[in-house]
Amino acid sequence: MIPPAFDYARPTSLDEAVRTLAEAGEDAKVLAGGQSLLPLLRLRLAFPELVVDVGRIPGLRGVREDGDTLVIGALTTHHEVIQDPLVRRHAGLLAHATETVADPAVRHRGTLGGSLAHADPAGDLPAVVLALEAELVAVGPGGRRTIPAREFFADYLQSTLAPDELLVEIRVPKRDGWGFHYEKFHRVAQSWAMVGVAALVRRDDGHIAEARIALTNMGATPLRAPAAEEALTGAGDAAAVARAAQSAAEGTRPSRDASASPEYRAHLARVLTKRAVLAATGMG
Amino acid sequence: MTDQAVEREVGRARLRKEDARLITGQTNWTDNISVTGLLHLAILRSPMAHARIERIDVSPALQRPGVVAVFSGRDLADGLGSLPCAWPVTEDMVLPDHPPLALDEVRHAGDPVAVVVARDRYAAADALEAIEVDYEPLPPVLDLEEALAEQAPLVHADKGTNRAYVWPLRTGEDFEAVKQGADVVLKRRYEQQRLIPNAMEPRAVVVTPLAASGEYTVYSATQIPHILRIMLSTVTGVPEHKLRVIAPDVGGGFGSKLQVYGEEAIALAIARKLGRPVKWTESRSEGYLATHHGRGMIQDVEIAATREGKLLGLKVDLLADMGAYLMLVTPGIPILGAFMYPAIYKMDSYEFTCTGVFTTKTPTDAYRGAGRPEATYAIERAMDELAAEVGLDPVEVRRRNWIRHEEFPYTSIAGLTYDSGNYEAATEKALALFGYDELRAEQHKRNERGDTVRLGIGVSTYTEMCGLAPSRVLRDLRYGAGGWEAASIRMLPTGKVEVVTGTSPHGQGHVTCWSQIAADVLGVPFEDVEVVHGDTKVAPQGMDTYGSRSLVVGGSAVHRAAEKVVEKARKVAAHLLEASEQDLEFRDGVFSVKGSPEARKSIQEIAFETFTSHDVPDGMEPTLNSDHVLDPENFSYPHGTHLCAVEVDTETGQTRIRSYVCVDDVGRVINPMIVEGQVHGGLAQGIAQALYEEAVYDDEGNLVSGTMADYLVPSAADLPDFVTDRTETPAASNPLGVKGVGEAGTIASTPAVVNAVVDALRPLGVHDVRMPCTPERVWEAVRSAQSEQPSGSPRKEASA
Repeated sequence: MIPPAFDYARPTSLDEAVRTLAEAGEDAKVLAGGQSLLPLLRLRLAFPELVVDVGRIPGLRGVREDGDTLVIGALTTHHEVIQDPLVRRHAGLLAHATETVADPAVRHRGTLGGSLAHADPAGDLPAVVLALEAELVAVGPGGRRTIPAREFFADYLQSTLAPDELLVEIRVPKRDGWGFHYEKFHRVAQSWAMVGVAALVRRDDGHIAEARIALTNMGATPLRAPAAEEALTGAGDAAAVARAAQSAAEGTRPSRDASASPEYRAHLARVLTKRAVLAATGMG
Repeated sequence: MTDQAVEREVGRARLRKEDARLITGQTNWTDNISVTGLLHLAILRSPMAHARIERIDVSPALQRPGVVAVFSGRDLADGLGSLPCAWPVTEDMVLPDHPPLALDEVRHAGDPVAVVVARDRYAAADALEAIEVDYEPLPPVLDLEEALAEQAPLVHADKGTNRAYVWPLRTGEDFEAVKQGADVVLKRRYEQQRLIPNAMEPRAVVVTPLAASGEYTVYSATQIPHILRIMLSTVTGVPEHKLRVIAPDVGGGFGSKLQVYGEEAIALAIARKLGRPVKWTESRSEGYLATHHGRGMIQDVEIAATREGKLLGLKVDLLADMGAYLMLVTPGIPILGAFMYPAIYKMDSYEFTCTGVFTTKTPTDAYRGAGRPEATYAIERAMDELAAEVGLDPVEVRRRNWIRHEEFPYTSIAGLTYDSGNYEAATEKALALFGYDELRAEQHKRNERGDTVRLGIGVSTYTEMCGLAPSRVLRDLRYGAGGWEAASIRMLPTGKVEVVTGTSPHGQGHVTCWSQIAADVLGVPFEDVEVVHGDTKVAPQGMDTYGSRSLVVGGSAVHRAAEKVVEKARKVAAHLLEASEQDLEFRDGVFSVKGSPEARKSIQEIAFETFTSHDVPDGMEPTLNSDHVLDPENFSYPHGTHLCAVEVDTETGQTRIRSYVCVDDVGRVINPMIVEGQVHGGLAQGIAQALYEEAVYDDEGNLVSGTMADYLVPSAADLPDFVTDRTETPAASNPLGVKGVGEAGTIASTPAVVNAVVDALRPLGVHDVRMPCTPERVWEAVRSAQSEQPSGSPRKEASA
């Protein structure tokens, strides 16, 4: 558990950080809370020449309102997200799902931005921002760029951020009045989700008017489940939800690993989608 | 203070003396030890399960910054012999060479190939990648049955076989004959997955040489400093009297540090070669490859019984995965289990055969329970199968077969003499605490309703043999050492007490318990006792800590040594009080003359009088200090009844433990809080085997579960609140009446949990789920049972 040698930079401004990243090119890695990067370094699965610690850059932490949108600084820790009254009121799904991330020690160190930029399909929050249809704001040498969540996750552990771009904030549309639930399935409390389902549901007159379903660990990136979303529209009782959830795994390509087969993951996606929607709507 | 009555210590829930130090870290872990000029070792390990080393060139690594030396196996071969196996279980056991650093061939992923010596740990780790090794791959040997087939590739080609040994035991009537007369014959196969011990502190070793005198001090995170000293002397040729082994505070072992490891020998050889102090510290993922594993068996079990559920005979055929080499007690682990398959039950016939099998995987050896959890699992699972087969409640089937309390002492069919026990009492208490009948009623209702979340109830009525061990029994088992333990009591001039013990605690709380035992016998305050351990120079005689032996053997030795102190003190007291020894009473640390209570001397006063020796009896050796070496007359046999209720979600396959009740009988209890802690930890590890942990290898012999992200160790968040209670039937075989408790929870809990899982699913047609009962396996079991029985109607209900 000895990381390979690397250089270390700790910029104190956004400009300096972007400049440092631009100079280093592909060989730099950004360090935020360190809960994903440090294990990779210690297991010698990542060999950056330069680690850029962004922890001292002011203004990247905290939550504020901007009209119908919540703006969450990328360095806001999971713990702060969970505690934040604005997040709890307007983006309950995010607070609720963040409570399931790892353990208290990790939640006090790990950051929302770091978790998203790491782009681990087994992470809980990528699917959550996908369901919330959040936007991610990056700053690079060319200035600011806003990336819709659905365009942010490129592949396994790969985002669409350029090497010289830094994720600075996450813009979450307020979803007041929507029901929500994150159904996480994992074998021990501290392990990653085998499969997770984020459900966001708007009801109208007792029926589901609109449903957003996003899946954790059902492919190389977090995925929406459009077939299930469509099938859920109009559902008015538990039986209808259960039927609609049968299509939750359509179009997914879950992996095979030591903890589960693709068939079992697909099965779980269907069961968990049913449960997540029932919990989100209170129909269960 | 002579008038102050001393409250009895034994039985008090004393906070542990060692905790302040251990919890705050103001102590000496091996990795904290730093000496001037210390060099650091890093070890290059085989990336393959099996390969011939065609070429190895360490010289490029020598060019790396900070590197002092680099050695291959050949470079160190002169000062390093084969690692020892102390338990040749049969006369013709196949014992392969086990070089600490591979010479020509690597035989498991993680087998050490070369070692870098550098000025700091980072430089050592970085230089590993510069070592050049050409491997010629050889076929891996992974499956126990395939390994025994004709033409199977061999782990050790020079031995001509992958069969390490065949060890039989046959007692009572002929099993085949018994089977002919039986109403019910059940054959089951159970698999004990490999487990990876996870001591909180990884292994570490520091060796400091005194070049001028040829002496070496070895600090090691070990359970066995005394045995290690002897074995390191054998492996390296450093004479035993020139070696001092210290086990500083050691952060857990669970058997994984009951070992003589290559890294310990390598560190000593390099310190000797370079004349410099060296340190090696294992990382967690390195330990997963390099620290021995546990379990790893296939158990074919056959039971013969009457239709009333009375056992007639038991036959066990065992394939035991040795891994690539036979380490310290590798071959003996399944043999410890051989005696435990008959458990608490009476029967007429018992046949056991164990075949040890080499594979190209990390060697196996002792892991909490060591042979007894495997045996207990098989018999307790089979008893549930018998209950289902004859339509009886699982508790009732056990009741019809167990040894009744009035039958003790009882010699089991395997030849062990159980000195004491009361299975009825423990079971009745557990059933009441659990609410057994109510849970059965709820289960029945839920099954009737066809709930997707099923309730299952599992029982395990276990016993185990621990407190290793009578030396003569060990001789009969061909074990290479005895089973005694040593203790010394030093009465200091100021009346304080030092207890020197040959046990080597690594988390158990010996300092506290030995203080309680000594305080009671000597009549001194608990706080006045210190316990010295884990250093061959200051506690020169010992057999160390494993097999739930420390209290039973080592604690009893402390008790006996303290009694000897009192007897010596009595002579001095009689002399000073001008009374005969027979006229003296000794209570609460004070000798007084019967009938004239004002004539009195405290043991502290006598300690000082003996120190000055101005006025001790003629001819008396002027010391109260006493030694005792105790060889136990029998094993100790804790027992108990564990009950587990699980809820199994048949949609996802997820199992949740709803309640867990255990009533253990560990004899007389010295410190109930420590006993409780041992039970909790044991339960966690036993439940871990049932539901979570498994060392997984791929088809090429790579360890897939190579980090804690893939090898799932449950935490408190995953475990229920345990309800623990006790019955107390004192052991008849030791002066304290105590039985071991270190492994009981692990031994009992695994079958209780799996029995509960299977009990939940039995109405759906499921008869077994392979461990660990992962959600996917449970889901698969339900799915395949339902496709086999398309009618969909519930089958035989487990009747209450």
